[in-house]
Amino acid sequence: MENVQQYKLNIEEPKATLAMDPSKFILWLFLVSIIMLFASQSSAYLVRRAEGNWLEFEMPRIFWYSTAVLVISSAAMQWAYFAAKKDLFNQLKIAISITFVLGLAFLWMQFEGWKQLVDMNVYFVGNPSGSFFYVFTGLHGFHIISGLIVLLYSWAAAFKLRVHAKNLRRIQICVTYWHFLDILWLYLFVFLLTFN
Amino acid sequence: MSAIEGLDTAQHHEAEHEHHHEAQNFWQKYIFCEDHKVIAKQYLITGIMWAVIGISMSVIFRIQLGLPDSNLSWLKPILGGWISDSGKLDPNFYLALVTMHGTIMVFFVLTAGLSGTFSNFLIPLQIGARDMASGFMNMLSYWFFFLASVIMFASLFLQNGPAAGGWVIYPPLSALPQAHPGSGMGMTLWLASMALFIVSQLLGGINYITTVINLRTRGMSFDKLPLTIWSFLITAVLGLISFPVLFSSVLLLIFDRHFGTSFYLSDIYINGEALPNVGGSPILFQHLFWFLGHPEVYIVLLPGLGITSEVIATNSRKPIFGYRAMIASMLGIAFLAFIVWAHHMFVTGMNPFLGSVFMFLTLIIAVPSAVKGFNYITTLWKGNIVFTPGMLFSIGLVSLFVSGGLTGIILGNSALDIQLHDTYFVVAHFHLVMGAASAFGLFAGVYHWFPKMFGRMMNTTLGQIHFWFTFVGIYLVFIPMHYVGIAGFPRRYYQFTSYDFTHKFMDMNMFISIAAILSFLAQFIFLWNFFYSIFKGKKAPQNPWRSNTLEWTAPINPGHGNWVGEIPAVYRWSYDYSKPGAKEDFIPQNIPYSQTLESNFPHENELIATEKVIESQNFNDQFNTAH
Repeated sequence: MENVQQYKLNIEEPKATLAMDPSKFILWLFLVSIIMLFASQSSAYLVRRAEGNWLEFEMPRIFWYSTAVLVISSAAMQWAYFAAKKDLFNQLKIAISITFVLGLAFLWMQFEGWKQLVDMNVYFVGNPSGSFFYVFTGLHGFHIISGLIVLLYSWAAAFKLRVHAKNLRRIQICVTYWHFLDILWLYLFVFLLTFN
Repeated sequence: MSAIEGLDTAQHHEAEHEHHHEAQNFWQKYIFCEDHKVIAKQYLITGIMWAVIGISMSVIFRIQLGLPDSNLSWLKPILGGWISDSGKLDPNFYLALVTMHGTIMVFFVLTAGLSGTFSNFLIPLQIGARDMASGFMNMLSYWFFFLASVIMFASLFLQNGPAAGGWVIYPPLSALPQAHPGSGMGMTLWLASMALFIVSQLLGGINYITTVINLRTRGMSFDKLPLTIWSFLITAVLGLISFPVLFSSVLLLIFDRHFGTSFYLSDIYINGEALPNVGGSPILFQHLFWFLGHPEVYIVLLPGLGITSEVIATNSRKPIFGYRAMIASMLGIAFLAFIVWAHHMFVTGMNPFLGSVFMFLTLIIAVPSAVKGFNYITTLWKGNIVFTPGMLFSIGLVSLFVSGGLTGIILGNSALDIQLHDTYFVVAHFHLVMGAASAFGLFAGVYHWFPKMFGRMMNTTLGQIHFWFTFVGIYLVFIPMHYVGIAGFPRRYYQFTSYDFTHKFMDMNMFISIAAILSFLAQFIFLWNFFYSIFKGKKAPQNPWRSNTLEWTAPINPGHGNWVGEIPAVYRWSYDYSKPGAKEDFIPQNIPYSQTLESNFPHENELIATEKVIESQNFNDQFNTAH
């Protein structure tokens, strides 16, 4: 024992191999691939925009409102997580339902935004500035749908009381993904506003 | 109610747990299997089938190029209408062959077949894990690849032929169905297949990274990982970052093709009529494509380099020279891979200053590559070399990597590249450094790990014959091709009979074609050896190459879970070969320093005290026993 103590002064102790929860780690790597997808779209957007012949249009108001809705849903998601941590099941059920409904509302508002764009004569087929707008919102919307599916699993689990302080992994993954989609949209929103 | 349901799930979980120990039925064992070793074999066999198809295609167009007067009627049973009544190959189908050869070899053979096989097989076995982080995702990864394969294969049989715009599918050629027969349905299936392929690679890559980082056994710190695992890890990271970008470019191309957007199309006139597309940029596609395309060549090559490090050290009976330098150079290559893509685009009218920046960055890659070449050669230096087939192919890889890399320095120079762009010089360069070198990595890996995969040995003599025919054949094909390229032969041309300047090179072209056919035939030696040995090969001993890595401590035919009982702990790096004072000329990674007092260096004696700490760490064990 003394030997070991003495050695500890001299030599670095062997570290345990890192062991994060593999499924959470997988989620983070998945997020990296989504980031690369949008990063490549952004750079394509900027490169194309720098070449000129670029239709400028004002972003419909409704995208501001949908942004607010998504931020609130993200807050509700966080509330659901805190509730789950404290085993407050009623709050958890309410919060996670709010998140889900707001997520659906966000999707609907994005779709309304598309309709307003069409009314403004900004089409998917036409000047690339409009096409890119649809691609950005569409790709993000597609990921929101995948997020809603993940959310649905957590929602079902919450109503079956399977999400609680000792079983947080599912909701943690859900929270991370939902916040990520929120932040991703904030980025896209600011990006599209800045470089319209 | 919920309590009852809770109970239900608990029972369900137990049932699932039990289920692991039951005998699996045929479907679970061989088809939708989640065992990394079976998935690796699935990738290998699929990859071999694709290789046969892909290389056969190259033989057909080599006959067309080298022996333009030959009568190809004998191919009619396979190619049907693509061979005219006078026995000539259809020019459109020639372009399709070139395109599909590139696509198949780069993506289906050397990405999926190489990385898919060896990352899957070796990562859990060499880091001491029972399986991948997610067996289910791993299984999905293979089946997405399989689906992509089926679609790509089906596209070969289309009335109008498969995609024919080159494996780089530049628009507008790929975006307009009017451009070429292959740009219709063939291109659609190509895009669908590649989208699935990207999904497969992402699922696989995410799994590889997670497994390497999270599921290493006790004591397997990053500085004890075999170089194979380092190379697979870096390869997977490259894929994770670059494949989504290819997805992006493919997605926009699909929109252009099928929805009429103008991301890549502008001001195009067909038969005097203007297309409605305005405002797109085909150069944009090239930027997006090559942002994947360049890392892709390292995705192809790095696993081969990793396998070579392992095989050369084992068979030289010497520690790998410069272990840390090897890792650093792989990281350096991986980093540089992302900032050199525009060297494929020097002739796109790029700003010459920008061109010189990309040229500078490209030439820097020579530094880590030279470090690797140097380290391989110094590892061989004065080693007790054992010329197993795996070792021969590894040495062959080093040779091809060096001789192909040299022409890379020439092509990386924008002033020279503008002259040589799209000539056979480029073809010769990348076939040596990326194609043949990676294929040699694949062969080295198969010969070396065959005993672990199938519990039997491949025939050594046949392996050596296979090596010499292939090695000599490859050089006979590609060295003359450099001259043809310098003479100005452009890539992807159907024939060279009608130009004056090409006449005096017809003999050389014929020589290349004959060498290509001979090296193709040599591959059947391998195929026979491979499939025969699976069933009838000599039974493999526990550790046939007297190697240090963990996979050789597992049973000869490991079951799902790899090790019976506890997973071994790791105390040392994997390159303790010919250590002075040791009884044997190798000390496996799982032998503690306390058992090798006679060969320990002073600082290793001090490490004996840490062994207890290592043993008290947790296993990262996914399930406790093998089954």
